[in-house]
Parts: sequence; structure tokens; C-alpha cells
Amino acid sequence: MANVLVVAETRNGELRKVAFEAVTAGRKLADASGGGEVHALLAGPAGIGGKAEQLARYGADVVIVVESADFAQFARESLAATAADRARAGRYRAVVLGFSSQGRDLGPRIAARLDAPIAADVTELAVTGDTITAKHPGYANKVIVTLTLSGAPVVLSVRPSAFTAAETPKAGRVEQGQATPASGPTVRVTEVKEGAKGRPDLGEASIIVSGGRGLKARENFKLIEELADAFGNAAVGATRAVTDDGWRPHADQIGQTGRQVSPQLYVAVGISGAIQHLAGMRTSKTIVAINKDKEAPIFKVADYGIVGDVLEVVPALTAAVKEARKGH
Amino acid sequence: MKIAVCIKRTPDSESRFKVAASAAGIDETGLKFDLDDFASYAVEAALQINEKGGGGETVVYAVGPDSVQESLRKAMSMGADRAVQLKADPVADGIAVARALAAELKSGGYDLVLFGKHSFDNSAGVVGTATAELLGLPCVTAASELNVSAGKGTARRELEGAAELVEFPLPAVVTIDEGVARPRYPSLKGIMAAKKKPLESKPAQLGAVRVTIARMELPPERPAGRILGEGTAAIPELVRLLQNEAKVL
Ligand SMILES: Cc1cc2nc3c(=O)[nH]c(=O)nc-3n(C[C@H](O)[C@H](O)[C@H](O)COP(=O)(O)OP(=O)(O)OC[C@H]3O[C@@H](n4cnc5c(N)ncnc54)[C@H](O)[C@@H]3O)c2cc1C
Ligand SMILES: Nc1ncnc2c1ncn2[C@@H]1O[C@H](COP(=O)(O)O)[C@@H](O)[C@H]1O
Repeated sequence: MANVLVVAETRNGELRKVAFEAVTAGRKLADASGGGEVHALLAGPAGIGGKAEQLARYGADVVIVVESADFAQFARESLAATAADRARAGRYRAVVLGFSSQGRDLGPRIAARLDAPIAADVTELAVTGDTITAKHPGYANKVIVTLTLSGAPVVLSVRPSAFTAAETPKAGRVEQGQATPASGPTVRVTEVKEGAKGRPDLGEASIIVSGGRGLKARENFKLIEELADAFGNAAVGATRAVTDDGWRPHADQIGQTGRQVSPQLYVAVGISGAIQHLAGMRTSKTIVAINKDKEAPIFKVADYGIVGDVLEVVPALTAAVKEARKGH
Repeated sequence: MKIAVCIKRTPDSESRFKVAASAAGIDETGLKFDLDDFASYAVEAALQINEKGGGGETVVYAVGPDSVQESLRKAMSMGADRAVQLKADPVADGIAVARALAAELKSGGYDLVLFGKHSFDNSAGVVGTATAELLGLPCVTAASELNVSAGKGTARRELEGAAELVEFPLPAVVTIDEGVARPRYPSLKGIMAAKKKPLESKPAQLGAVRVTIARMELPPERPAGRILGEGTAAIPELVRLLQNEAKVL
């Protein structure tokens, strides 16, 4: 029997989707190693304890609540120290967290503090005796690498959306924990700039509409926004050509050096399909491409392609999607 | 400013990869290797900081077999002053690499230690942050903007749906995202000069290696795409397929 510690991600006093996915991954791991418990560390500002029940619903046997004014912001050093202290005290088999911008930062810190091996961006997990094996995509998603990690604990950060959060209600016994303050010099958050409201994050959206240089001008990106609106709750992405030209912020870039996404539907508009762009979206469930050049490489990966001018096809598609979704 | 940049040598991202017969690695025949993308952004960032500051020293470090010397030379041809190879067979354990780098950088007296956000082959983003922890230095990960001066720095980080602005004291570790700087091409003069710059080689102090590659495989191929038609005439068919086949509408 081996217990697993999950570091649940919060921002602005709310749990994030990756937190539930990490609990689900932790649950699988605990079950696979002979039925251990899942303990979730829920750290945040005063009042965060009120969210403990949500973690229990996804399979946390114990929720360790740590409330501290420091955690109103991403206090990385203190969070890592708090998680590492708890991991040591609980003698866990593994520490699991999400491979989000926060989890990418925290995972290696916790591993270094525990002198524990770490696998990042994990998409599948298995336990065999004393070793844990973890699959993760390397080489910009072009190769799937299976890693073997020996020793305990190990640190595992799971790729967003790779483990679908599943409800398996547990007791979720609440324990109060204490924050470990940072012991050295720290990084201080001076401001958080919230992005455009009302759209889901690229990593969480089930539909993404993405635009490339084929849109010809910054103003034409409103066609992309309108198509995204027609689909309902869709996110908007872009190619590097577009973010380089400043039509969209860098954070919207999808690809090898941008975000890696796997939505249910990816609509590529005026995008050539360069290998570095494909690296970020080729694992999408369904891909639609609209491009005036029928030889464009994007058509090789697109399930459905339309050859045509975006300025003409996109507004018509927007209207047709609105029509089809009437009543939603 | 005294700046260290930790770099890696990885295969060209445009390559078609094949798994080696042993299945424990990729088949390297015919692959072109180069300085890793994000690591090259980090080298550029260091060079620009020192060019702006009008002095300082930029030292590049790599843990790996002798082949990494090629990438260390490349960084020197871009403008780095000297290089250190910490000799070891390739390792998949990011903590072990961090241990070797921290042991070496500890006494280096650096104001700033730069890394790439993540490496192309591992795509893990472990080594930089772990090295910072082992050195006890503040660390900003995935900086898309960076400014340093007089004992402190500021940076911007992209979060999901937001961005974070941070402030930190030097010495510090920063891992570099795209946006900070686009790497320059080495000039012919730079390439000639790099041949004469010092490259020191010594054994890496990796410690225990606990992460190993068991297997590699290629992801399943996507079935070939299909073009539905031209212009707006193809829209009704697309909507029908999105409803009935893909079931996303
Ligand atoms: C190290 C490195 C990392 C990179 N990382 C990334 C990354 O993360 N993400 C990324 O996206 N790129 C990345 N790139 C850049 C990549 O190689 C391509 O340059 C980029 O993806 C091209 O963007 P695009 O498709 O918008 O533009 P283009 O390649 O210029 O394609 C525009 C497309 O629009 C079509 N078009 C033009 N007009 C119309 C019209 N009126 N109607 C319909 N279609 C039209 C054209 O036929 C063409 O196919 C990287 C490159 C390098 C070297
Ligand atoms: N073997 C190595 N030697 C020196 N630096 C490295 C090595 N491996 C990784 N790095 C640095 O750490 C960053 C993150 O790598 P990774 O943790 O492998 O994703 C890279 O961009 C490099 O800056």
C-alpha cells in the first residue's frame, strides 16, 4: 500500500481543472500500487478550505488545507517548501501535480528539495513493483518516450487533459496544515494581467479556432473571433507568423515553441501547416483546415479541408455554425 | 555582468524521427544536431544583456558527451567568451543534470544563470529550476520578457489566460521562453574567433541516476486528410460532418 500526495492548483481562490486531473491521476496510481490513499494539498488564501469537498469528489481521501495570505499570489518558494515538507512527513510514494505554467515551475522545485526523480508532462502512468513508468511526448510530440523512475517518492507532473477528471467520491477528511515560509531570496509577483475575459484557456478549450498569416491583416482576426463565438465556448489560437507580427499576443501561439493543445476540434484558418505548428496541434481529435492553396501541408493532417479564400469562407461558415447550433 | 548559460545539443526539429532498433532511443543516422532552440534564446539573451551593459562575461556550460563541444563552440561563435563541458554519457534524469551543473556553478560567482524553458528532446523544463533550487537562488521560469540591472531584475511570464509580472534580486536563475530574444546567426568572424576561445572539459558530478529511458515509439499516424471541396459550396458538407461524424456541433 502506498499513498500519493497531489498538489492541487489554485488561482484567485479557485481550484483549476488540472487540480482535478492530478487527483484522478493520483487516484489511479494509488489504486495501482495496492490501494493507497490520495492526499491532496490545498494551499491558498484564507477561505480556500471551503473547496476541499470538490477534491474529495474526485477521489481525495484526505485534504490538507493550508491557508496563508502569501498564497493569494503564486508564492513559488513557499509553496514548494510546503509541499516538500508535507511529502517528507507523509512518506508518499509519489507527488503528483499538473503540467500547467504553475506545475511546470513547482514540480522541479519539489523534486530538487526531495532529491527525488521527476517525470514531466506525463500522459500515462503504470506501476510495476518498485518502479513507476511514465509516458510522455518528447521531440515536440513526435516521439513518445517511456521513462522508468526508481526510488520513492517520485514527482510526476501530468499533461493537462491527458487524465480526464473522473468523479470517485471519497471521505475527504480535512486536516489543517501549515505553510513553510521561503528560506532564501524570493521572486515577488508585482502584477497579474488577466487576459481577455469570456474565453476558455487554450489548454482547457474543447474547440479552438486558430488563425495564420492567410488572414492578411490584424483586423481580419475578428473573423476568427466571430467563428469562435459561433461555436460557443471556443478559444482562439495563432501561428508564430501572427504572434511575431503582433496581431495576437505571444501567449496565443500554438506549436513547438508555443502552447501544445489537443482539443476535440481544431479549426486552422489561413495556416500553412509548418512542422513547428503541427507539433502543437496534431493530436487534436478533429482538424478542419481552410486554405486557398490545395497543396498546403495542413491538408495532410486535416480531417476535413476546404480550399478557398478565408475572407469568403469564414463568414459563411460562421453563419452556418450559428444556424446549426440554434437552440443551444 | 557575469552570466552563465546552460545549453544542450538536440536534433533539428524539422527531422523525421525514427526509433532505433533497440527502441531505447532515436535512430541518429542522418540527423542534424544543433544548439537547442530555447537554449539558443538563452545565449542570445545573455549576450544582449552584456552588450547593453558594456562588459561582463558570458560562460556556456553543457553536461554531455564530447559531441556537446560542437554546440558550446556554436555559442562561442555567437559571442560567448568561454565554455565548460561537464563530461557524461547522455542522461534522462534532469535532477542528476541539475546536480552536476549546481556543483560546478556554485563557486562561479555568477550574477545570472540562464536556461532554456525546456529542451526539444526532453520537453521537461526540469533542469533550470532544479539547478536554482540546488543553488538556493531565486528562479523565474519561462520568462517571455526579461530586464536586469543593478542587483535586480524584472520579468514577465505567460500563464493560462493571464500574465504575471515579477521582480527578483540577483543573483538569480531565469529560464527563457520565446519572446525575450531571437538568436543571431554567428558571423564568419565569430566562427573564427570561437576556435581560439577556451573550452574546458571535466567529469560531471551526476550522482545517482534514477530516471532512464525504457522505450521510445512513434505516435500513431493521423489518417490522411480529405478535402471536401472549394469555397462556400463545401460548407454544408462540413457542417454535416461536424454534426454527424465528429459530433462536435
Ligand atoms: C525554431 C522555430 C520554432 C517555431 N515555432 C513555431 C510555433 O510554435 N508555432 C508556429 O505556428 N510556428 C512556429 N514556427 C514558424 C513556422 O515555421 C511557420 O513559419 C509558421 O507556422 C507559419 O505561419 P502561418 O501558417 O500563419 O504562415 P504561412 O506559412 O505564411 O502560411 C499562410 C497560409 O495562408 C494561406 N493563405 C494566404 N492567403 C489566404 C487566403 N486569402 N485565404 C486562405 N488561405 C490563404 C497560404 O496558402 C498559406 O498556406 C517556428 C519556426 C522555427 C524555425
Ligand atoms: N545536459 C545539459 N547540459 C546543460 N544544460 C542543460 C542540459 N540539459 C538541459 N539543460 C538546460 O536546461 C533547460 C531545460 O531542459 P529540460 O529540463 O531537459 O527540458 C535547457 O533548455 C538547457 O538550458
